[in-house]
Amino acid sequence: MTDLLAEALAQVPKADQPLSKKDFTSDQEVRWCPGCGDYAILAAVQSFLPELGVRRENIVFVSGIGCSSRFPYYLDTYGMHSIHGRAPAIASGIAASRPDLMVWVVTGDGDALSIGGNHLIHTLRRNMNLTILLFNNRIYGLTKGQYSPTSEHGKITKSSPMGSLENPFNPVSLALGVEATFVARTIDSDRKHLTDVLRQAAAHRGAALVEIFQNCPIFNDDAFEVLKDSGIKDDYLIRLEHGQPIRFGRDASKGVVRAPDATLKVVDVGEVGTEALLVHDAHAENPELAFALSRLTDPTTLDRTPIGVFRSVRRPTYDELMAEQLERARRVAGTGDPAEALTELIAGRDTWTIT
Amino acid sequence: MAKQVVQVDRVIIRFAGDSGDGMQLTGDRFTSETASFGNDLSTLPDFPAEIRAPAGTLPGVSAFQLHFADHDIMTPGDAPNVLVAMNPAALKANLGDLPRGADVIVNTDEFTPRALAKVGYDANPLEDGSLDSYRVHPLALTSLTVEALRQFDITKKEAERAKNMYALGLLCWLYHRPIEGTERFLRQKFSSRPAILDANLAALKAGWNYGETTEDFSISYEVRPAALPAGTYRNISGNLALSFGLMAAAQRSGLPLFLGSYPITPASDILHELSKHKRFGVRTYQAEDEIAGIGAALGAAFAGSLGVTTTSGPGLALKSETIGLAVSLELPLVIVDVQRGGPSTGLPTKTEQADLLQAMFGRNGEAPVPIVAPCSPADCFDAAVEACRIALTYRTPVLLLSDGYLANGSEPWRIPDLTALPDLRVEFATEPNHDGAFWPFLRDPQTLARPWAVPGTPGLEHRIGGIEKSDGPGNISYDPDNHERMVRLRQAKVDGVAASIPPLEVDDPTDRARLLVLGWGSTYGPIAAACETARAEGIDVAQAHLRHLNPFPANTAEVLRRYDRVLVPEMNLGQLALLVRGRFLVDAIGYNRVRGLPFKAAELVAAIKDVIARD
Ligand code: SF4
Repeated sequence: MTDLLAEALAQVPKADQPLSKKDFTSDQEVRWCPGCGDYAILAAVQSFLPELGVRRENIVFVSGIGCSSRFPYYLDTYGMHSIHGRAPAIASGIAASRPDLMVWVVTGDGDALSIGGNHLIHTLRRNMNLTILLFNNRIYGLTKGQYSPTSEHGKITKSSPMGSLENPFNPVSLALGVEATFVARTIDSDRKHLTDVLRQAAAHRGAALVEIFQNCPIFNDDAFEVLKDSGIKDDYLIRLEHGQPIRFGRDASKGVVRAPDATLKVVDVGEVGTEALLVHDAHAENPELAFALSRLTDPTTLDRTPIGVFRSVRRPTYDELMAEQLERARRVAGTGDPAEALTELIAGRDTWTIT
Repeated sequence: MAKQVVQVDRVIIRFAGDSGDGMQLTGDRFTSETASFGNDLSTLPDFPAEIRAPAGTLPGVSAFQLHFADHDIMTPGDAPNVLVAMNPAALKANLGDLPRGADVIVNTDEFTPRALAKVGYDANPLEDGSLDSYRVHPLALTSLTVEALRQFDITKKEAERAKNMYALGLLCWLYHRPIEGTERFLRQKFSSRPAILDANLAALKAGWNYGETTEDFSISYEVRPAALPAGTYRNISGNLALSFGLMAAAQRSGLPLFLGSYPITPASDILHELSKHKRFGVRTYQAEDEIAGIGAALGAAFAGSLGVTTTSGPGLALKSETIGLAVSLELPLVIVDVQRGGPSTGLPTKTEQADLLQAMFGRNGEAPVPIVAPCSPADCFDAAVEACRIALTYRTPVLLLSDGYLANGSEPWRIPDLTALPDLRVEFATEPNHDGAFWPFLRDPQTLARPWAVPGTPGLEHRIGGIEKSDGPGNISYDPDNHERMVRLRQAKVDGVAASIPPLEVDDPTDRARLLVLGWGSTYGPIAAACETARAEGIDVAQAHLRHLNPFPANTAEVLRRYDRVLVPEMNLGQLALLVRGRFLVDAIGYNRVRGLPFKAAELVAAIKDVIARD
């Protein structure tokens, strides 16, 4: 883990002295609604960033528009609160041109999946070196309560008084579908799990998508209650851990196996035995199994919801490939004076002189 | 047999054929030979948007016009002296532009009943006397080429395809152009296909020899080199000059160039060109869409690059919101719009100037953006440097308005001394600027530019965004007075650019003109040529051309008031005229055409006379 982190952040300058949560807290008053899940995520991120040991000035947070997108204002790093849906595009320009920066994108379900869906998939596809924190509250908050692209079918909201007609996106499935190199899911209220996922995302050089289930008490309260209520959550949550058999439920009595038709099935562990269970392999080159895991969830009831790291594979990143091409072109050209080289280029081969 | 040589001072040739006939290549090569011979020249490629429109049809005709002379010329010419028509469609589509007595070289092999019927000729125009007022040179170009290439080991189709080189060879003979450059070019192009190379070289030479020996061409023409100012020249198109201008600006600023772009006609060649120059540290990013193109460029600018995005009208519409963000963030950014016919998809390969008001006002809120427009293909270089200068100095997005004619047209260009270009070095913020704190919106009192503090600079961590910011500290502010102040400050900053631009110059040789012709962008050449013609006829007329459309040069009002009448020719329905009327209360008279083609000097002469006749 620490080796991975060191490798992932090799180009980011190290901090001279240890930093604290305070160093990452800006002087701006936080203005989310009381009880909003965003507070917990902000606190977790502020507490977690110091452990990376990189310079504060080499961290950039970029956001789009929505409640979650106010995030950069509250962190004392470089930051940009941009326009609706475009944060991944803007952050791509930063990441592609500055490998010495650690770039984070903060976005929501409407921002990332509706208006910005195109940028999201292409940023993941290109394996840009940045981490996308997607706060999914399954509703539009800032515009006051319309259904979002992750709202369940039939959702009754201000803009869908008779129920929404749409099927929701599963952000993890979407990211795996475009072969994102790091895909994970966590929950705002589980500080430990959230921090652990952030840690793994930070240790990944390349595009990372972290879906964070986030409660919006104003417009979609308790949307994830079944995953939080200590009485029942174990029946709903599947905690993924690399190298471990996939089992869940009270007493870990349920497990996941691959059925003969190649789909995944939930079984009683007692009936099939531990050895029959699927062992989670987050580092598998092929995202097929991770995708199948993401499809286990019932989008309406949230039954069988895996959390944790679905996929984490190392692939060349866009900035690495770009730097490599720039370097190769420079090598081929040799070490001439750039001003002279440019003059020569501009003149071209067909010139004539008038005296 | 010694043939007669006639001296002429200028010639306009138009090559026309099917999209697949290689007319653009033929024109390009003839242009290169003409350039290296030392003539002044100006070109106008005119091709369909379809890559291979149906063969032999009128919409499929692709043409390339070249005007070259022994003196300074300003336009690709109104009416061709020579038309090379590779098929009936090419003849029919272009005949209307020819003056009586023009030479017409036609490929008779293509004048089959079927081909004639396809474009609606009832009778063969080569036989029915309808071309009697032209000097027609019927030439069995295809069969001559196939015959000349008999000994080569290539298919008949491949041999036929070399007919454009045969035609080029003939034209080179006719106008005393060298062919060595084309030979070199062919050697490079077909280096991996020796048989095709030999065939093309032989066709070129055969065309030349045909001119030399046939009775049909008894006269050849010589156009002496033009007496251009001393210097080393090359021929250059607008898109290429613009690409080089961006690279030169990057070098003069010491910043890496970052282009975020999405393919769109006629701007894509800038993306293609810049993507070749990675050795200069140029990063090109082909984005998923227009919005991501400008988004990435803006992100790169935030991180310390010279950020540029290139597009055409429909793309500019998509980029509006991000341009507004750049206005609000006050970051340097250059947006290149190579205008084409609109609205919507419009005429992708044809020229127009109808994005001026979109550039000026096409954003929500008060979002002023400086606008620079080049006036000729070669001027795209200087205009690009100027756009970068304004962006970097004032920390603002700048719109560079080229157009399809400038993009693809070409002319000789005196290669500039890069060290003589303006020093564009930028000072990034490195220190806190306010009581030990960093205020990202504390402005330079002179330029009103805000500090540019790039990520990685310790102690200057700050957040900026599209929400209104407090004047100075830059924190979110909904305060009414602050908003008003910030709106006015952003406007004042852009207005202040006027202090750094040269005054509007007027060309009024007699000093007696009562009529001023005011233009902008690519209409410079035709307007200048029209004014010259009018003056030669004894008409007093003044010309002024705007390179900066926002802000206007400081003396613009004063210049306009000096004249009784102001005529504004534009390839739109009166966009500059609207601005001029609104800004200066001047009763500007428009001359407006939107045919997808540059103005002809003659129509502007008529427009000038028309305005003068009103008095
Ligand atoms: S509306 Fe919902 S998501 Fe937005 S701040 Fe309030 S609680 Fe949070």
